[in-house]
Amino acid sequence: MAYLELNNIYKTYGKGTNATEVLSNINLHIEEGEFVAIVGFSGSGKTTLVNLINGLLKPTSGEVLFKGQPVIDTSHERGVIFQNYSLLPWLTVYQNISVAVKETFPKESKQFRDTRVKKYIEMVNLTPAIHKRPGELSGGMRQRVSIARALAMDPEMIIMDEPLGALDALTRGNLQDEILSIWDENKRTALLITNDVDEGIYMADRIIPLRPGPNATLGPEFKINIDRPRDKTLLNDDPEFKKTRNDIIEYLMEIGQERTTTSATEYILPELEPRHFD
Amino acid sequence: MSDRLITIVRFIGLGFLEPVIRLARGEEAKKNLTEILKKIVAPIASILIFLFIWQTGSTALYNKEAAHRIEKAFNEQGQEGADAMALCIESGNVSCRPNTLPSPTQVKASFLSLLKDHKIIKADKKAFKEKTAEINKKRAEAGETLIVYTGRPSFVDQITTSLKTVFAGFLLAIFIAVPIGIALGLSETLKSSLNWLIQIFKPVSPVVWLLLVFMIVKTLNKNSDTDSSFLISFISVGLCSMWATLVNTIMGVSTVDKDILNVAKVLKLGPLQKVFKVILPSSLPLIFTGLRITLSVAWMVLIAIELLAQSPGLGSFVWEEFQNGANDSNSKIIVAMFVIGIIGFLLDRIMLTIQNFVSFNKN
Repeated sequence: MAYLELNNIYKTYGKGTNATEVLSNINLHIEEGEFVAIVGFSGSGKTTLVNLINGLLKPTSGEVLFKGQPVIDTSHERGVIFQNYSLLPWLTVYQNISVAVKETFPKESKQFRDTRVKKYIEMVNLTPAIHKRPGELSGGMRQRVSIARALAMDPEMIIMDEPLGALDALTRGNLQDEILSIWDENKRTALLITNDVDEGIYMADRIIPLRPGPNATLGPEFKINIDRPRDKTLLNDDPEFKKTRNDIIEYLMEIGQERTTTSATEYILPELEPRHFD
Repeated sequence: MSDRLITIVRFIGLGFLEPVIRLARGEEAKKNLTEILKKIVAPIASILIFLFIWQTGSTALYNKEAAHRIEKAFNEQGQEGADAMALCIESGNVSCRPNTLPSPTQVKASFLSLLKDHKIIKADKKAFKEKTAEINKKRAEAGETLIVYTGRPSFVDQITTSLKTVFAGFLLAIFIAVPIGIALGLSETLKSSLNWLIQIFKPVSPVVWLLLVFMIVKTLNKNSDTDSSFLISFISVGLCSMWATLVNTIMGVSTVDKDILNVAKVLKLGPLQKVFKVILPSSLPLIFTGLRITLSVAWMVLIAIELLAQSPGLGSFVWEEFQNGANDSNSKIIVAMFVIGIIGFLLDRIMLTIQNFVSFNKN
């Protein structure tokens, strides 16, 4: 039995003739301590998949098992880092994290909670901005708050929904390293949803492409056999990296083409000739 | 320090003072002078133009009224009567003064006389208090009712009464509309079952509300001998004005950002926690927009309601002056008009400041 199991998941939005099947026949097994990345085109149903795993949505059919138990609701054991940060805009950085800590550790002392909040703010290097509101922070800083909030709840598994999608390349690189070091330190299980193949290869043990929706389903998995810690600068010359990267991109291109050829209806164009003006 | 001052000035909606502060600090003289021209000199010029039009208009109306009176006297009493009337009008005698739109100068004079009147009444009250202090002390010891001042209220007293009424009404509106709005916003079933009530009663005129409240309060208050006019007027004000807050609260609570609700779910907040920590704070800006509209509506309908309910205040002041028909009644009504307008403006500014204070998306 795997740590997280998705068995024959189907997810449909709408009813009757208006129903669109977003996900079909999703099967995914993640072992404890593993770092898995799911790569897919935008609009392929990635966020739906994440929400099924974290318990915000229920599958139309099939089951999501977490440590052998079916997922029916959200849980503190699975921390979520949302794509659009989702901070509470009227609270400061400290308060945003403190709300989460209070919910997870209701019985601990105030002192304990306070040190915990401060520790995680320190961890994502936001101590100077501790009393600022999200509106006063840059995108990268907001995402760091979101990461700190998810981690401060001490989840056994971290689910990341395109956490770095909206950030610039430099901030992105830094945060990738930060997430990796946190994952490595506590050996948590991690699921990363991304549209960046390089990011997936750099961070994950396995990459699974999500074939584009509607009727999105998971493609064959690609194992990343590169030793950790991985060096970003050397990675570009690694033959294993190049090969995996080419394989995945080739696969994605293929299904991308499939999508365009299958969905295109043929339009009959009128026979018109441009008029010549002499 | 002056940066702070600018922030404060902007915050309370007096942004037009900013260039003055900057100029006093010696910043970009040319730019700030044009700003001052735009934001301060131009409005002052428009006030002067307004006063000029008012003055010319009231003079024209005065002349028309005077001509009419002379013509009437001529028709009734012949040339002699007309001459006498013209002379009488010329002398400024009260008995034959043309009664029309007062000029700015008359209004100013009335304003000053109202202030003077207030001083007299205040002194009178003070004297009365001193005079009755000892008797009241004895009465209080004996457990009897105290002797209170029952003289005529001054204009300023009327303003205070009106403000009291409007705040009582406003508080009532808050206590009714905000909790109900939250409940309706949270529950789709409640909302659809009570929507008809909101849609039907929202457009009902203040006058009808007053009559409805009168019917109910009159019966309920039958046995007590307290004056129910204040009760009637503030309840009516509250009922008329609460709709904006109610609708905005429902809207704010039911349209909380989905991402934020997801956060509440992921954090596993309990239902009460969810309402107080997530839903209410995020709908606060909309609720305050509603409260701001409510307060301005309350102030607007207050005058009409006081006028009809015979409850003391600016409304009844206006009505009494209109009924009175004294030579300066019209100008007193215009004074009241300006006072009502200015107080309404100030109330709105206060609410705007509070609204800025509670809303989180300032940038």
